[in-house]
Amino acid sequence: MTTIAANPADLDDHAHDADHKPAFFARWFMSTNHKDIGTLYLIFAIFAGVVGGAISGLMRLELAYPDIQYLTTWASWVKGSGATLDESLHMWNVLITAHGLIMVFFLVMPAIIGGFGNWFVPLMIGAPDMAFPRMNNISYWLTVVAFIMLLGSTFVPGGTGLGAGTGWTVYAPLSTSGSIGPAVDMAIFSLHLAGAASILGAVNFITTIFNMRAPGMTLHKMPLFVWSVLVTAFLLLLALPVLAAAITMLLVDRNFGGAFFNAAAGGDPVLYQHLFWFFGHPEVYIMILPGFGIISQIVSTFSRKPVFGYLGMAYAMVAIGVVGFVVWAHHMFTTGMSVDMKMYFTAATMVIAVPTGIKIFSWIATMWGGSVTFKTPMVWALGFIFMFTVGGVTGVVLANGGLDDNLHDTYYVVAHFHYVLSLGAVFSLFAGFYYWFGKMSGRHLSEALGHLHFWIFFIGVNVLFFPMHFLGNAGMPRRVPDYPEAYAYWNEIASYGYAIMGVGVIIFFINVAYAFIGGRKAEDSYWGEGATTLEWTLTSPPPFHQFETLPVIK
Amino acid sequence: MMMMPAVAIAEAPNPDAAATNAVTASAEAASEGAKKVDDGSLPGYTPMKPTEGIGMPMPKDIDFQEQFTENGVYAKWINNALLLPLITAISLFVLLLLLWIVVRYRRKANPNPSKTTHNTFIEVVWTLVPVLILLGIAYPSLDLLAKQFKPAPAEAVTVKVTGYQWYWGYTYPDHGDFEIISNMLKEPKDAAEGERARTDNDGPAQLAVDNRMVVPAGVPLRIQTTAADVIHAIAVPSLWFKLDAVPGRLNEKSLTITKPGVYFGQCSELCGARHGYMPIAVEALPPEKFAAWVKAQGGSMPDQVAAEGADETEQKISAVSAAANN
Repeated sequence: MTTIAANPADLDDHAHDADHKPAFFARWFMSTNHKDIGTLYLIFAIFAGVVGGAISGLMRLELAYPDIQYLTTWASWVKGSGATLDESLHMWNVLITAHGLIMVFFLVMPAIIGGFGNWFVPLMIGAPDMAFPRMNNISYWLTVVAFIMLLGSTFVPGGTGLGAGTGWTVYAPLSTSGSIGPAVDMAIFSLHLAGAASILGAVNFITTIFNMRAPGMTLHKMPLFVWSVLVTAFLLLLALPVLAAAITMLLVDRNFGGAFFNAAAGGDPVLYQHLFWFFGHPEVYIMILPGFGIISQIVSTFSRKPVFGYLGMAYAMVAIGVVGFVVWAHHMFTTGMSVDMKMYFTAATMVIAVPTGIKIFSWIATMWGGSVTFKTPMVWALGFIFMFTVGGVTGVVLANGGLDDNLHDTYYVVAHFHYVLSLGAVFSLFAGFYYWFGKMSGRHLSEALGHLHFWIFFIGVNVLFFPMHFLGNAGMPRRVPDYPEAYAYWNEIASYGYAIMGVGVIIFFINVAYAFIGGRKAEDSYWGEGATTLEWTLTSPPPFHQFETLPVIK
Repeated sequence: MMMMPAVAIAEAPNPDAAATNAVTASAEAASEGAKKVDDGSLPGYTPMKPTEGIGMPMPKDIDFQEQFTENGVYAKWINNALLLPLITAISLFVLLLLLWIVVRYRRKANPNPSKTTHNTFIEVVWTLVPVLILLGIAYPSLDLLAKQFKPAPAEAVTVKVTGYQWYWGYTYPDHGDFEIISNMLKEPKDAAEGERARTDNDGPAQLAVDNRMVVPAGVPLRIQTTAADVIHAIAVPSLWFKLDAVPGRLNEKSLTITKPGVYFGQCSELCGARHGYMPIAVEALPPEKFAAWVKAQGGSMPDQVAAEGADETEQKISAVSAAANN
């Protein structure tokens, strides 16, 4: 095979076959096409993101001023009658739990792995589809059911009030003996389903990447986004079964008299935390590694240069993935662990700064000497690099077990993980969306609205999250609906930041609407010569089935 | 904007858990009579009035609270003198590089991109320099951990802290094993008729408690934590102290508070509905006043052991006693 079928002109003869689409129901509900499933994932993630983002809006509204303002009203709406004060306070815990779980499991993961992974891994490696198209379908629908299950849990008893109020970490014994009622069981089942979906997805990606690369595309020629998804898939495959085990033990403790985490019967609540964070720490890299991959593609494209230090970039991700599995207990520095463990986890956690630094500097070196244009995706990528640096360096502070004796579970931690997730992972999501939207939809987004969205969002999230460092330094704990008067000033400012960010999100939706209504048609390779990966050899949008004749990589 | 009345948290300790304290409390009520407003006083003990800005957060704070333990002072120094300048410099360095790229390597300024994709030297540099920086950080951070884990001496004053939903119990096993039950004080507008409400003597709203954890200043303390129901965490930012209270476990940490005063904190592990309303107030007293407080609780000092411990730090204590008398 020497011809590259990707050129649409070559496909003219049999374009009918390549672009034959099933009818509506079969196409969208029984879909086995990686691009359609990717689209479904993106739509789902955006919807879930709006729900999770709206919940954080409720939280910022309540936190804007000291005392309890709205919780009782909201709790009464959900309950359908007047809620007591304790039920209202429980409502707060339901909100923080839902916000965390939704943003992690139903926004970032579906968007970045299910959405962009599904869409672009096959395109970038020159494959016609994923290895297991039907499994791909079930991954998606399990995620949807999981989300419905989680939302449903809000309306059933969960202990003090309605809904699961355990925090996204579901720590025992608050999640076992501390939360009577079906809400926490439903939340756990939701995690089981979302986890199963992710494991199936991981198997699919690993198989696809190992077996379906186009002739000539060795592992060391794969685009970095594909590398990032490959590493992420291994993290998913190894980490999620541990979560499944931990929450299954919760179910046994809750319903069948188990005592895994019940101290009175010989169990240990701290064991749950070890199991959870053995999953939970790799999980944070699951959320950010594909973002690293997206940023690498974008930085290279708009600098018109190949990625600097390609192998270093690829193996830095592998290193982050490996080391990410042996640092989990830095989430548990105050549980009373021994000095040796605390020293080990302090030192091991700091090591992660090294491969992360390699990535930051390699992105900069890729741009260095480049001929850079600042289209919307590139602006988001630059924002990502700076904000992720800020979030990363506060991670080095938090890695210090000794400093955690003050900072653990304060707003400093909230600031840190929102800098790496809300300004890291989410920035990479927006960057990827602006980068690939034309390829996926065939329409151009507005550059002007894209830049406006970036700047408003950028200012908003910084006003929202930067003051949280100050609150954490001053000692404000996480997960409280109310606070002493002294914390009022920065909390009010943070809430203004949320409002600014919200305006940015509205502009984003206006931009998407504009693209579908009046957006210019997208050319095949609309970012120009800097975009060198295989998806740019296809039409925008690509044919329903691509690469029926495999491209050959020299 | 709809405003609800401020929260009124029912003060409802579990009767069993409160039993030990109830004995002393009811005896107290009988002797004092009903004519005096309850401000937490006992014979020989009046709760210390907190000093504004000491042991509590202040509006618009951006820094850590002032520290009153040696390890706290050291930890705050590690952050403020080493880590904060370092991370600020790294962030600004990255920002400057990005801005330089925007200026120097935009398409108009640099129409022809270079083809460089490797430079072994620079790659080794940006791997090794962070390693060296981290090694530099590692020394003080491991040193701090070693200091924090220095066990308390045998004569240290032991306080066993028990987390309950949603209040704290402070037991003094070496002083008669009495337990102090500590609830957040309600605001005057929320308190029931005859119920003790917060005054400025008690401290800031949502931090003030009815019965504080009273300890001697300048004397090593052995703080042990456990919990009766779910996990809680005792945290006092101005003492650089945070330790989870886990059911079935007895965690231990030692510290020495360098100056008499009232130091506030809040529960720092999500523990259910009223997680936000179970503050901690530590009142550090000069040792002789601590002994008087123990006596007022019906407890006793363990022979001369505490006095010997105090001897070692005699100078420090007499200095802090003077400060407390002001």
